[in-house]
Amino acid sequence: MSKPMDPSPLQPAVDLANWSCPLPLRDSPHIVMGHGGGGRLSAELVEHLFVPAFSSGDDSALARLGDSAVVAVGAERLAFTTDSYVVRPRWFPGGSIGDLAVNGTVNDLAMMGARPLYLTVGFILEEGLEVAELGRIVEVMGRAAREAGVTIVAGDTKVVDAGHGDGVYINTAGVGAVPAGVTIGPELARPGDVVIVSGPIGMHGIAVLSVRDGLEFGSQIASDSAPLGDLVAELIDAGVQIHALRDPTRGGVAATLNEIATASQVGVHIEERQVPVPADVRAACGFLGLDPMCVANEGKLVAFVAPSDADRALALMHSHRHGTGAVIVGEVTADHPGVVVARTAIGGTRVVDLPLAEQLPRIC
Amino acid sequence: MCLGVPGRIEAVWDVDAMRMARVDFGGVTKDICLAYLPDLVVGDYAIVHVGFAISQVDEESARETLRLFEEIGVLDAEFGPSGKE
Amino acid sequence: MTKYLDEFNDPELARRLLDEIAATVTRPWSIMEVCGGQTHTIIRNGIDQLLPESVQLIHGPGCPVCVTPLEIIDKALAIAARPEVIFCSFGDMLRVPGSDQDLFAIKSQGGDVRVVYSPLDAVRIAQDNPDKQVVFFGIGFETTAPANAMTVHLAKTQGIDNFSVLVSHVLVPPAITALMEAPERRVQGFLAAGHVCAVMGMSQYVPLVEKYHVPIVVTGFEPLDVLEGIRRTLLQLEQGRAELENAYPRAVTFEGNVRAQEMVHDVFEVTDRAWRGIGMIPASGWRLSARYSAFDAENRFDVRGILTQESSLCRSGEVLQGLIKPNECGAFGTGCTPRRPLGAPMVSSEGACAAYYQFRRLANPVAAP
Repeated sequence: MSKPMDPSPLQPAVDLANWSCPLPLRDSPHIVMGHGGGGRLSAELVEHLFVPAFSSGDDSALARLGDSAVVAVGAERLAFTTDSYVVRPRWFPGGSIGDLAVNGTVNDLAMMGARPLYLTVGFILEEGLEVAELGRIVEVMGRAAREAGVTIVAGDTKVVDAGHGDGVYINTAGVGAVPAGVTIGPELARPGDVVIVSGPIGMHGIAVLSVRDGLEFGSQIASDSAPLGDLVAELIDAGVQIHALRDPTRGGVAATLNEIATASQVGVHIEERQVPVPADVRAACGFLGLDPMCVANEGKLVAFVAPSDADRALALMHSHRHGTGAVIVGEVTADHPGVVVARTAIGGTRVVDLPLAEQLPRIC
Repeated sequence: MCLGVPGRIEAVWDVDAMRMARVDFGGVTKDICLAYLPDLVVGDYAIVHVGFAISQVDEESARETLRLFEEIGVLDAEFGPSGKE
Repeated sequence: MTKYLDEFNDPELARRLLDEIAATVTRPWSIMEVCGGQTHTIIRNGIDQLLPESVQLIHGPGCPVCVTPLEIIDKALAIAARPEVIFCSFGDMLRVPGSDQDLFAIKSQGGDVRVVYSPLDAVRIAQDNPDKQVVFFGIGFETTAPANAMTVHLAKTQGIDNFSVLVSHVLVPPAITALMEAPERRVQGFLAAGHVCAVMGMSQYVPLVEKYHVPIVVTGFEPLDVLEGIRRTLLQLEQGRAELENAYPRAVTFEGNVRAQEMVHDVFEVTDRAWRGIGMIPASGWRLSARYSAFDAENRFDVRGILTQESSLCRSGEVLQGLIKPNECGAFGTGCTPRRPLGAPMVSSEGACAAYYQFRRLANPVAAP
């Protein structure tokens, strides 16, 4: 359906017939799985459908498209975010939907420099779900919240008919406090910044795939789901000049680098050999035909740091339990704005593109 | 085409007269069909494509190939590029 | 350390091979790699940029996703849309555009489309869902045919009657013949597909070398393998030789895998095949043999009368034959992108157009729309 059913005489915010840019929505009248994949399709949905519809007088927070919105409430600045968790299977090596539901939202707050404070939780449960499983999920969530130093303060539960909904969907919204003087956002990276990845990549996505129906394979790889609030707080408290932060979830490091390059209108250059990929993640990606840079992470961050603070940032990360494997992988350049270029192991170059949608195992 | 990856055979068994193997790809394992290479044994290496072992990796040959690569350039330093008249 | 992979990615050895190649070449040469997996390695590692300027790599039609006939794609879509069908496919095929949409779109409209790693997974799904028709999309070159053949053979011997296969295999040697017979041929040497040869052996390439007096070097897939394949081909050209060589001896023997050959010759038979973008190449494909026709999805489902509609803007045929580079197509990066592909080579990770778009956008800037 290309026209919203709007009984009001007002023009719909989105004029689907007269787009000036190549309009993907016209070609894709139905939502496809790729729209949730964190790559280009997702970005288009946000840019062409959501942002125009949600525009109001004060567009600065939404338009930044940060991991969370930073809003002023009186004299305070709060970071405010929401995320929904639909992972399948719900239990995987190293974690569960419950861990993601807490840590994912905590990290979205932390990525704007905020100290995560409170979460709300909304459950959409499918009729027939075992209460015992729900019990295990909330137990995990409580534990994760305590570890992350946040309090779950409100919630809601809805039940849908059996067959509608996939067992459990969880939404968490979170609020955090941004310390005075801290301004971190995806649009703030600048030429000369050093790009740091906080540890080995690809673990979460592969862990989930390893137990997904039809693809199962034996592995020791566990999800890296972890709360990064106090890692970020330590860097900020030490005065490290961080310009941009993002946790590379869906779409992986490739998506994150591209999003920040685009938002900041800078180029990013990385040394492929520096990107830390565990050997077994590389092996799994090898036989499935996946690019580790496009695989989801749930306990990692990518930081764009002023060059004078790079070594200090690295040292601080190394002394934190969630940053022991931190590595400088590249730098920001004024060349090729919006494009991420990697130098390959054998000295060639390639563009690291924004993944289109979620990656699929391939035979070629 | 042909995303074929080398892996080491860790275990071999038969299911309804079809030979299967657990193959280790460097930390991750997958059960694959060994029907096309039924004589392979634990410790052998095979190229695996879409769940089937299609070819054995000849270890001696692999070592030889690497040795030739290592020699390229080394000989050039003494004798000039190989193959140029 | 992943054995037999990491060693063949060694940057220092790659550097030496590149230096050796530079020292070998005295004049311009055009080499084609037939296999999409090799195209992927070349573009992904930047090998094409590191070779001497006088060496031109032409990316051949070695991507089975790219050359699967449009009509077969449309049949797949029609079958997948049926409510009683669970349609299983390799991931590569899901975004390949048919005349009108792709498998992803069918899924979004309620079709049960599932990605599988192996055709055996599809048979398992058939066993687990006896009230459904499970159809597997059996595409690929000779490398994939043994897996697909074994699967059909299993279904037959075990009487898994709710399983069928939509077959569209393509063969390399007839493609090389077609390329060498084409009036505008530019290819002077070939890197043959290592895993195709691991299955089929090397004997089919002997008559090609003799008839066309062209070097053919069986090549692997890691960066060092591809560089070595290129090096040996260039050396032959410089020395005026035209021979069949094996630069992937650790995985390829002259005879190939005889058991696999026996199975594919039992399950499949040769057929003419229209390669998408290129056209009809006689005796260039495999379809299910009569013995297995009961498992042929084209028989089981009425998919006749499909009218195909290829984009008039798409020049994938010329790209696949190496006549133009992807960025020389007027639609490249504007009307045709991975997000909205006009043809298959922009979809597949092996397709030359997608490779250029993903990895080479800087070197081949696309004019803003």
